[in-house]
Amino acid sequence: MELDVIDRQLIVLTQKGLPLTEQPYHQLAEQLAISADEVMQRFRSMQDQGVIRRIAAVPNHYKLGYGFNGMTVWDVEDAVVDQLGELVAALPFVSHCYQRPRHLPDWPYNLFAMIHAKTAADADTQILRVGEVLEGHVRGHQVLYSSRILKKTGLRIAS
Amino acid sequence: MDELDKRIINQLQQGFPICEQPYAQVSASLGIPVAELLQRLQSLLDSGVLSRFGPLFHAEQMGGALTLAALQVPESRFEEVSEQVNAFPEVAHNYARDHSLNMWFVVATERPEQVDAVLSAIEAKTGLKVLNMPKIREYYVGLQLEA
Repeated sequence: MELDVIDRQLIVLTQKGLPLTEQPYHQLAEQLAISADEVMQRFRSMQDQGVIRRIAAVPNHYKLGYGFNGMTVWDVEDAVVDQLGELVAALPFVSHCYQRPRHLPDWPYNLFAMIHAKTAADADTQILRVGEVLEGHVRGHQVLYSSRILKKTGLRIAS
Repeated sequence: MDELDKRIINQLQQGFPICEQPYAQVSASLGIPVAELLQRLQSLLDSGVLSRFGPLFHAEQMGGALTLAALQVPESRFEEVSEQVNAFPEVAHNYARDHSLNMWFVVATERPEQVDAVLSAIEAKTGLKVLNMPKIREYYVGLQLEA
């Protein structure tokens, strides 16, 4: 989608967050000297086009009690990676699933799936389940747990 | 964090309306006054339970690009390198992970050609080799954690 200067200003004004006031779209409209209807129309259009995935709250995993956030990485044959990726993505506890390039020889993994659990036992169960789905196709795998969030701001564009 | 906070978090992870009085619409569905919703949302943000509340932008649909990259950082330099990497506004997320590749970050840029430039600048700044792992295919993205 081609963004114009007003779309960009709306992104700059809301990339840190939506105003916490009863009429947030009206407040943005005032700041940009346009109508609230136009602000809402532009947000709807950006949402329809996928520029905005959704307007939503992003929780800190740890503060919700999810202490086991694992990036599971798997080395599977390229010929079947798409088919397997779709199966892994369908597991209810997998939040992200991607094919990514290998960096041989040290990093042979091409399928990434993120899992989130409150206990080590739950995490182990989830990882076993991913392994079952991939059974017969895995040449190796690892789980990289996050130990700390160093930054989590989301996309930032320059004003 | 009490039950009401949890309901607010769970509901607002799913989405938020675009209308004249969006907070009032959400607070009505939760059965609370709008002032209470705004106040609770503010304290969830202040305490860091929520990292953000607002539009979640998709770099690629904006005509930009993003990638996942990893660094192998010597333990003695971890804090220093973390500051160096985080100082780039294009670094959207950064996580410490327990592996020899111990720092994993997402770079999101407005124009696709900026990704390589940012990764090169990070290599120059840190003196470390960046492993670039842009996605080849996306099978699913839909993080919602039940509070």
